[in-house]
Amino acid sequence: MKCTFIIYRFDPAVDKESRYQEYSVEAAPTDKILDCLNKIRWEQDPTLAYRYSCAHGICGSDALVINSRVELACQKLVRDFKTGHNFVIEPLPFFNVLKDLVVDLRPFFEKHRSVRPYLINDQKPPEKERLQDSKTQEFFEPALRCILCASCTSSCPITRTNPDYLGPAALLRAFRYIFDSRDAATDDRLENIDSDDGIWGCKSMWWCTDVCPKGIPVTKCLAQIKRVIKKKEKGE
Amino acid sequence: MEHQYDAIIIGAGLAGMRAAIEISQDADVALLSKVFATRSHSGAAQGGIGAALANEEDDNWEWHMFDTVKGSDYLGDQDAIETMAKDAPRTVYELEHLGVPFNRTAEGKIAQRAFGGHTSNFGKAPVKRACFAADRTGRVILDTLWEQCLQRGIKFFDEFQVLSLIVDNDRCCGAVAYELATGQLHTFYSKAVLLATGGAGKIFKTTSNAFASTGDGMALAYQAGAPLEDMEFVQFHPTGIYKLGILISEAARGEGGILRNSKGERFMERYAPVIKDLAPRDMVSRCILEEVRAGRGIDGKDYVHLDMTHLGEKVINSKLAEITGFARTYAGVDATKEPIPVQPTCHYMMGGIASDVDGRVIRDGNGTVFTGLFAAGECACVSVHGANRLGCNSLLDTLVFGRRTGMEIRRFVQTVEMPQGSPEYAEKAAARISDLMHGKGTETCGSIMAQMQEIMMEKASVFRTDAGLSEALENIRKLQQRYRNVRLQDKGSCFNRDLLDAIELGHMLDLAEVIAMGALYRRESRGAHFREDFPARNDQQFLVHTLVRYTDDVPQVFEKPVTITRFQPQERKY
Repeated sequence: MKCTFIIYRFDPAVDKESRYQEYSVEAAPTDKILDCLNKIRWEQDPTLAYRYSCAHGICGSDALVINSRVELACQKLVRDFKTGHNFVIEPLPFFNVLKDLVVDLRPFFEKHRSVRPYLINDQKPPEKERLQDSKTQEFFEPALRCILCASCTSSCPITRTNPDYLGPAALLRAFRYIFDSRDAATDDRLENIDSDDGIWGCKSMWWCTDVCPKGIPVTKCLAQIKRVIKKKEKGE
Repeated sequence: MEHQYDAIIIGAGLAGMRAAIEISQDADVALLSKVFATRSHSGAAQGGIGAALANEEDDNWEWHMFDTVKGSDYLGDQDAIETMAKDAPRTVYELEHLGVPFNRTAEGKIAQRAFGGHTSNFGKAPVKRACFAADRTGRVILDTLWEQCLQRGIKFFDEFQVLSLIVDNDRCCGAVAYELATGQLHTFYSKAVLLATGGAGKIFKTTSNAFASTGDGMALAYQAGAPLEDMEFVQFHPTGIYKLGILISEAARGEGGILRNSKGERFMERYAPVIKDLAPRDMVSRCILEEVRAGRGIDGKDYVHLDMTHLGEKVINSKLAEITGFARTYAGVDATKEPIPVQPTCHYMMGGIASDVDGRVIRDGNGTVFTGLFAAGECACVSVHGANRLGCNSLLDTLVFGRRTGMEIRRFVQTVEMPQGSPEYAEKAAARISDLMHGKGTETCGSIMAQMQEIMMEKASVFRTDAGLSEALENIRKLQQRYRNVRLQDKGSCFNRDLLDAIELGHMLDLAEVIAMGALYRRESRGAHFREDFPARNDQQFLVHTLVRYTDDVPQVFEKPVTITRFQPQERKY
């Protein structure tokens, strides 16, 4: 069937401002939106720029705004939309556009880095594995599904008004290490994000949870961090 | 722009990043990757990493070694396999210490599960050897290593496509790369270059591989004069989602999933009476297609069912959540209630850049080293996988040999001087880009790529014949001719995907030719290489590695012996 794609275009070398370009694509209901973009690029317009790689929702390259909602282009099929075969494709909000649908994610990864996203433990490890209760692993397991696609952070209403806010993705990574029993820097980690630009920037608006393509209960995970900080303040 | 590092690593997947962690201890190292590091295809690995930890049941590294040798259909080099199997437990403990969040047993140890071809007591029964984090094992290891690199302040050049290796006087001295965001050329001078670019599944139409899996490192080495080894051995994973090729992990069968034909029969019982659905991938893929040929595909079509409905929601949700999601999203199937339609999908290259257990690239059959050039991971052929790789041995390969190569590079860079620079390398690359953009060509990449993928899928995948392979080779060479006539439509310098497509396509066409040549040369059936006109294994003639070297004329094929230490070749039955 024939689908219409209206796509955000911007080439800094040529365009003074962004524009929208319309393409007509022959697509099957089971085609991914990414398949449609590829068809446009291979068959009609090789100048269209967007990121993609694994094409099944694991690498996190292709988060885009599809019909006003942040989605992974490789995880949504044509049949998933009830918009009469019409699609509007735009780059992720909040970040600067480099070209067409490609945004500059450097600020996103800077924030990720600032939560010290690695295990901190100076004790010499045992010869074999450190033991860990499977319940502990299961508790932070949802955060392991994160593919760093930036859907949550770019959708978060707080991020959009306060650019210094760490944002849900970075805080989710903090959650992962705070609740990992093998990590020895829990207090430092909590202190590091105990601020309005940190965990208290989150006003539980649930947009992150709503858009997460991996179904991570982001807001709930962040709430666990708040709970631990509160408990600590009360000396529990 | 020019840069100098003791070592540069091309590719930021598991092998590359593990090597970087090693090298960064006392040398300058930079990672160049055409995709952002966490987008690397290592992240798509699902089921696990193999190591005889014996956390769940009796196991030891010799059984692991035997299984890998037998799985390789005796083509794997046994000294290298021994190195890998022995080092596996240490490797997994190291990952755990770095923070990899493995699933745990009731006692809090690393949990393990069964996987295809992994057995106890030299083939007596399946054994739980795969250490895992749900069905996203590769992803969590990739994240952990990347974060370790961040902690160590290792330099990344993300979204840099390498165009060529710099070779001076038979020594590799660096690489020229193209920065996607700006279109700028960068010349990297280094004492050592490590290729860790992964596989090349995109040569085939149906594949589980990422778009980025275009064999760049293999092609760069090949063009620089290094031979490619055993390229005819291409693994087709038995359970890709029908028509799409998206991987449904072997863990589905490791946890008890069953393959069924149109009659509902558990057909693997007939082909592999001892380990049934957990037979190695080459066998299961052929069995599925045999069932289809016998008219027992579902609805008479070319797929079968993978049934997990009896596993229960708890197992599926805690251990197989990711693949259940794939089935739901892409096939509209609820795997807890109905079977998943599956067919073989191109998954892994057993072959690659001929290299030794320390990652040194080898020039010939005598072990002459290509000074300054190293390879590790899927793009290398050590060879530990021989004619067929076992599941959960690939993550192990990347980490064991990534580390060993890193250690060797650390040693090597202390012994040599930084190479001399020259503007000539970047000028050559610039001329090539200019040719592609402004030449007189009339071809576009899209149609050439589609035809290559069709031909290779049809003539050079699970079942092969002399006639089919000859036709494939002839057609690939025609496509190479057409490729010389490609002209880009995008002349821009910011995220020019058109240019990337052209570079990748050139690489894939070279490799497709080598695969077809190797497959034609090997007139026997072994592991993943099945010749319908030579259905038996022929140890007398072909218990050898095939190497293909680039020349100005047609590529040259030659041989190298297989290293056999503990296990003499036997008939391969499961």
